[in-house]
Amino acid sequence: MNTFEYLRPATIAEAVAAAAEPGAAYLAAGTNLVDLMKGGISHPTRLVDINRLPGLDRLEHLPDGGVRIGALVRNADLAHDPVFARRFPAIAEALLSGASAQLRNAATVGGNLMQRTRCAYFYDVASACNKRAPGAGCDARGGENRLHAVLGWSESCIATHPSDFCVPLVALDAVVEIEGRAGRREVALESFHQLPGNTPERDSVLGPGELIVAVRLPPAAAKFAAHARYLKVRDRTSYAFAVVSAAAALEVDGGRIAEARLALGGVAARPWRARAAEKVLAGTRPEAATLRRAAEAALAQARPSGENAFKIELARRIVARALALAAAGTPERVPALPASPFASVAGAAVHA
Amino acid sequence: MSAAAPEPKANMGPPEPRIDGRLKVTGQARYPADVPVSNPLYAYLVTSAIARGRITSFDLGAARGVPGVADILTHENTHGDVKQPKFFADGGYASTSIRPLDSAQIWHDGQIIALVLAETYEAAREAAHRVKVNYVEETPTATFDDAGASTQLAKEARKTHEDPEVGNFDEAFRTAEVKLDEWYSTPTQHHNAMELFATTCAWAGPQLTIYEPSQFVYGLQNGVAEQLGIDPEHIRVVSTFIGGAFGSKGSTTPRTALVAIAARRLGRPVKLVATRDQGFTIATYRAETRHHLRLGAARDGKLVALSHEGWEVTSRPDAYMVSGTDTTSRMYAVPNVATNVSIVHADRNTPGFMRSPPETPYMYALESAMDELAVKLAMDPVELRRTNDTMKEPIKGLPYTSRSLMQCFEEASRTFGWSKRNPQPGSMRDGDWLIGWGCATACYPTHIAPATARVRLTPDGEARVETAAHDIGTGTYTVIGQVVAEKLGLPLEKVAVLLGDSQLPPAPVSGGSNVTASVCTVVAKACDAIRSRLGNPNAAELMDALKRQGAGAIEEYAENVSNGPPPESLPLLYKGAVKMAGGATLKDRIQYAFGAEFVEVRVHALTREIRVPRAVGAFAAGRIMNTRTAHSQLMGGMVWGIASALHEATEIDRRAARYVNDNFADYLVPVNADVNQLDVILVSEEDTKVNPLGIKGLGELGNVGTAAAVANAVFHATGRRVRDLPIRIDALLA
Ligand SMILES: Cc1cc2nc3c(=O)[nH]c(=O)nc-3n(C[C@H](O)[C@H](O)[C@H](O)COP(=O)(O)OP(=O)(O)OC[C@H]3O[C@@H](n4cnc5c(N)ncnc54)[C@H](O)[C@@H]3O)c2cc1C
Ligand code: SF4
Repeated sequence: MNTFEYLRPATIAEAVAAAAEPGAAYLAAGTNLVDLMKGGISHPTRLVDINRLPGLDRLEHLPDGGVRIGALVRNADLAHDPVFARRFPAIAEALLSGASAQLRNAATVGGNLMQRTRCAYFYDVASACNKRAPGAGCDARGGENRLHAVLGWSESCIATHPSDFCVPLVALDAVVEIEGRAGRREVALESFHQLPGNTPERDSVLGPGELIVAVRLPPAAAKFAAHARYLKVRDRTSYAFAVVSAAAALEVDGGRIAEARLALGGVAARPWRARAAEKVLAGTRPEAATLRRAAEAALAQARPSGENAFKIELARRIVARALALAAAGTPERVPALPASPFASVAGAAVHA
Repeated sequence: MSAAAPEPKANMGPPEPRIDGRLKVTGQARYPADVPVSNPLYAYLVTSAIARGRITSFDLGAARGVPGVADILTHENTHGDVKQPKFFADGGYASTSIRPLDSAQIWHDGQIIALVLAETYEAAREAAHRVKVNYVEETPTATFDDAGASTQLAKEARKTHEDPEVGNFDEAFRTAEVKLDEWYSTPTQHHNAMELFATTCAWAGPQLTIYEPSQFVYGLQNGVAEQLGIDPEHIRVVSTFIGGAFGSKGSTTPRTALVAIAARRLGRPVKLVATRDQGFTIATYRAETRHHLRLGAARDGKLVALSHEGWEVTSRPDAYMVSGTDTTSRMYAVPNVATNVSIVHADRNTPGFMRSPPETPYMYALESAMDELAVKLAMDPVELRRTNDTMKEPIKGLPYTSRSLMQCFEEASRTFGWSKRNPQPGSMRDGDWLIGWGCATACYPTHIAPATARVRLTPDGEARVETAAHDIGTGTYTVIGQVVAEKLGLPLEKVAVLLGDSQLPPAPVSGGSNVTASVCTVVAKACDAIRSRLGNPNAAELMDALKRQGAGAIEEYAENVSNGPPPESLPLLYKGAVKMAGGATLKDRIQYAFGAEFVEVRVHALTREIRVPRAVGAFAAGRIMNTRTAHSQLMGGMVWGIASALHEATEIDRRAARYVNDNFADYLVPVNADVNQLDVILVSEEDTKVNPLGIKGLGELGNVGTAAAVANAVFHATGRRVRDLPIRIDALLA
């Protein structure tokens, strides 16, 4: 049996100390980590179970208008919190288009940020993978890479970050609160995940033992509530990772876009903030030609990493469609199946 | 009545709920891996990381060091323990002639190369991860077009193979008024039954008991006996419930003999539950296929020429093929036909049966081509089928025993609302969604095999029927119970049905949709024999007649070999060999079940994802024993057909000849949200020639044609013809 130490610390300080040891890993819901351990991809010698840490499961609406989401808040609880969903509808929509109901009930905020790529070669220990075994090579290059990155990739790794949740978060300037041995620090989500460069083994800026304690949205994130959407296109209607997704949030004033926020998912090793596109949109009317120009700007740097050139054009179209949806206004209810022709079907409680 | 339990029409039995349904939904049904054995060891497979080459050495030190590890089997200590099995298509039992753990040779990626045995599953798994293997690797061939692929004509690979042909195709095609000449392809697919490939072996002296989900317990018993070199009498196979099979559990796979050897070596029962990804390489799959279709027609739509050439991938050593041209050459009235099948050997595991093995890929190609021809003719695709409908197959001129194809088209098209279709591609739209409507023919050969059964009736009004048939989720327990209940005038709950055990009277493989016909026929025969011994009283007086005889029980053992299979096939059944007959293989007639499927797709105008809001299928398959189980089979088939069109494909790394998406997160099968409205219409049909009860099988009918209907609908929605499955966003975006 793969033997490892299992610890369940009572305080954050204890957790951080315990996890600073080489070979240690935090265990949240385990929906990703336990699979990696069973497949022989990940071999932690010590599991630090954070599920009992006090206070991490709280959702706080802050006096300044921001919101603080504890690292242990379950994906489903967050999506179904009525106040949260009303203020940040694109985030609720992203959460509900991820995984399955069962997984969302378990999966945590921190775990979602930290989930590993779904690159099949990363999961297959018989394949060469720089992320799993630095220096081994990258079998995804020249292999089956239809769903791999088109932005920000390097020769050493072309994997994407699979999270839906992170996409609207990065569009809305979320900040990650991190607790380490040296105390607390904050990192903008936009710079939290790392592009592969020559060190694809490092997914994020977290150092040994560092614990995500919360994700915070600034007060300004709520001003897009009337025009915010998440659009995820996938190979089946539900329960699949995005081929490409986009979060679009607009502040509309007198028919003009006062401020735009845009991010893409499934295209890079991090949730991809498209600031150039946001600039194109600022001050314009949300007309088709403008949206298309924004989409061009968002993908200006894109290039295929294999047999995935179609994702670039798809991403442009998803951006245009997400922006059009956002401009049309946030719907009264988050559809059960966002972006599906069935979503409007009466009583379509068919989220699988 | 609810859609799940349709009101029976003429020649249909009642929608009895599954008699094993409660056991299954309450978790009491014991699947083979659930059967407890005392003091077992757990096995975990190590599979090869290369597709071609040799193992030079193992480093087992770290693996042996894992606490709880009892033994590790490799070719180094197991060589010669398993006898060379004979591939089933060559007259043996085995899914492959590849014999793992016998030599250092690697035939395909994911080949079993070691079996780790330990006190717990977790220890076995951990040790398996620590087995280090050194190889000399050769460049493998993954599939079509790759260097090293060797193509062989089917008729050269298998002497009994015939390529159906008639008339003069070349001339007729050359002079045809309207022609179609296109290529189609279907991808690799894996069965991915919910239940994993599991085997438990327990010895008691010379006696071996195998608990394994099987579609053919007699085949498995005899196949393992052959591989172990022991008397089949010493082997019992128990497979009471099967959690999905779809063809993958029909022949003897290499794992069973290895588990048996391990159990014998260690003197303890051994339990193996292979992982999902291992299931992709230790059993069979549907190989990728390619098709070249040429159709020639007159302006009025009458077909004058049809050529269907097919290519199928197989392993290096085994000539597996499905050759669906036997069906496609006979579907329509066409006087000039040429066909040809080739197999392409690559460094892959041997493929095998998967739900409607020949019809699914070959009918996809034909029914796509028919749709394309209809477009060229500016003809309604239903009318094109009507114009070429026939009661005689064209190759030998044999009569169809019954053929309700056009009734199916009429009923399905009415329910679907086909008459409202604007034939112009891209003309129908709902907001941002392009709407497409498409249809296709479904068909499946009607088979029967020899079978045996024992029925016992007691004076307290209870019956027990025993036969080594299998319920792979299809409802076999229930329909067999219904036959006994009806024949002996008993309530269904008074009938005990025993299946899935090689100690019961032999029954054929659950394949080729033959079981309902074969087994119901012999069970009816046994019941009739009981009735006749009692003087043929009517049902109400049967019990009185039995009581008058003063017997404690009356029992009849029946054998049946009728309606096609040769008489000598009956004794062969006892040895686990099945000679099925039917479809296009009979001398005096041809027998098929038919259906018509209609599909609506919605394609997003901008981002191009494809969804299926509704589908309607109408099917005629002779006597329907139970409208509920029939409906369920056909519905499941259609769902699978939608999957074949849009979702399901095993991706292969061309460099490594290795399956990439070998898990349920990446191998996409439809989820509930992919299947919205699905109507199954059962069409009444009577056919007295196929077998005494007039049953045509329908387990494999529903997924034939669906993929073509979807592809045809995608064309109608977008004006774009995609000929390579599955159809995904990529193909519609450019
Ligand atoms: C079949 C399947 C489908 C899925 N589909 C989707 C999808 O469509 N969209 C999507 O977005 N996601 C999807 N997911 C991924 C899912 O969202 C993640 O598995 C989940 O969010 C991980 O959360 P967890 O709490 O289970 O993390 P765990 O598995 O417990 O941990 C994951 C990683 O995060 C680390 N970690 C956890 N918490 C912290 C913390 N507070 N601080 C520092 N490190 C931490 C762990 O050490 C580990 O490395 C899917 C997963 C599966 C299995
Ligand atoms: S893309 Fe990245 S994760 Fe995938 S194989 Fe290459 S290095 Fe590994």
